[in-house]
Amino acid sequence: MLYFLTPLQSVKYHKANVLTFVLALFCYSLVFAQFDIPEKPKVQTSVYDYVSLLSPSEKSQLEHKLITYSDTTSTQIVVVIISTSKGENIGLLAPRWGHEWGVGQAKEDNGVFILLAKEDRKIWISPGYGVEHKLTAGIVGELIRNIIIPEFKQGNYYSGLNKGTDAIFQVLKGEYTGKRPNKNSQDMPFGFILILIFIFFIILIAISKNKRGGGRGGNRHKGMDIWDVIILSNLGRGNYGGSSRGWGGSSGGGFGGGFGGGGFSGGGAGGSW
Amino acid sequence: MKKFIPWIIVAVVIFGLFSWGKGFNNTAVALNENVSEAWGNVQTSYQRRNDLIGNLVKTVQGAADFERTTLTEVIEARAKATSISIDPNNITPEQLAQYNQVQGGLSGALKSLLVTVERYPDLKANQNFLKLQDELTSTENTIQTARTRYNEAIKPYNVHVKTFPNTLLAGLLNFDGKPYFDAESGSERPVDVDFDFN
Repeated sequence: MLYFLTPLQSVKYHKANVLTFVLALFCYSLVFAQFDIPEKPKVQTSVYDYVSLLSPSEKSQLEHKLITYSDTTSTQIVVVIISTSKGENIGLLAPRWGHEWGVGQAKEDNGVFILLAKEDRKIWISPGYGVEHKLTAGIVGELIRNIIIPEFKQGNYYSGLNKGTDAIFQVLKGEYTGKRPNKNSQDMPFGFILILIFIFFIILIAISKNKRGGGRGGNRHKGMDIWDVIILSNLGRGNYGGSSRGWGGSSGGGFGGGFGGGGFSGGGAGGSW
Repeated sequence: MKKFIPWIIVAVVIFGLFSWGKGFNNTAVALNENVSEAWGNVQTSYQRRNDLIGNLVKTVQGAADFERTTLTEVIEARAKATSISIDPNNITPEQLAQYNQVQGGLSGALKSLLVTVERYPDLKANQNFLKLQDELTSTENTIQTARTRYNEAIKPYNVHVKTFPNTLLAGLLNFDGKPYFDAESGSERPVDVDFDFN
């Protein structure tokens, strides 16, 4: 610590050195303060771009894609973009962050946390307990090396994240299915469908007995009839392309039910560019 | 009537003692379970690393004329590390220190192996090797995380069994305090700080 002082100076500034030492200790604790993970946000969605790396339209596109994916699979993929991890190992920070926020469902632990540190030029992808048997570090590492990093090297951050998340979809294909856990659930529970069919038949009988009709119209206030259900359940089965935009977005953004409380073991892989 | 009063007092005291003991014991058992689980994760992640190192050694051996000494060091350190396992219900500080030491030794040997690999460009470009390296890094992070969580799990347990008056019961019921993980030996990194007061 005193190497920059000549012996003469060091005698002369002995008192100052003590002060420097104390200051240095103080700074030490400052420098090595851990990166403070932001509090779990109120609106829990899929993309948090703290440094505006993505343009607003890119951000909302990616956000929407990941939310729709979560609606159909219950797997929550969260992308967080920060400037720097402040010297903390990004490979430890990413799973800690995902764990603290509870990304993924509590029971399945099917969260994926993607942390991008812009100034550090590093990215890390941490899978939750429930997906790490598929998203092994080897596979994630390969995916980062071959798909994400080449795009990042050219400055195409959106394209890298977009292709990278698509690749994750591929790896996790068929692993989990899910439904949006709120009122706008797009997959009707089986029992509910049965009841609707039952009501439908009762109304059919009512119509056939009462040729004047009107029964079917009266049914409308219940919200959906069997055709709506069929149409809607088909919609839900559609891919996560633009066509289901209105449906996924109807809940006002964010994951339905928020982060589910999934856990992270600490594994994952990353790369830099 | 008067002769019953002492008996009632005795009954109340016994009941009080019993419910205190029961409360203490059940909380301690629950906290102890957390510790055991956390310890299980620590051991699993170390075990995973051992398996990976086995694969790594095989891959590296395949590379022509790979330096023998670093490889043997890793193999020996690995054998040493696998020889020690700990029962989570009675972890003594000595056991933990020993465990820490052999695993730390393996970390050190592994690090020098990976440094040596830098001199073998063929190996570094090998997809299998790159994957293994990712898996190893991931496992090291899992180990770090598991250790941190183990220490976190120990804290409430230790507070529970070491505070008065619980400590009286803890001795009676054999709930000893548990040792914390220190930093892995050899993992102390040189500190690189930029002192800039301007």
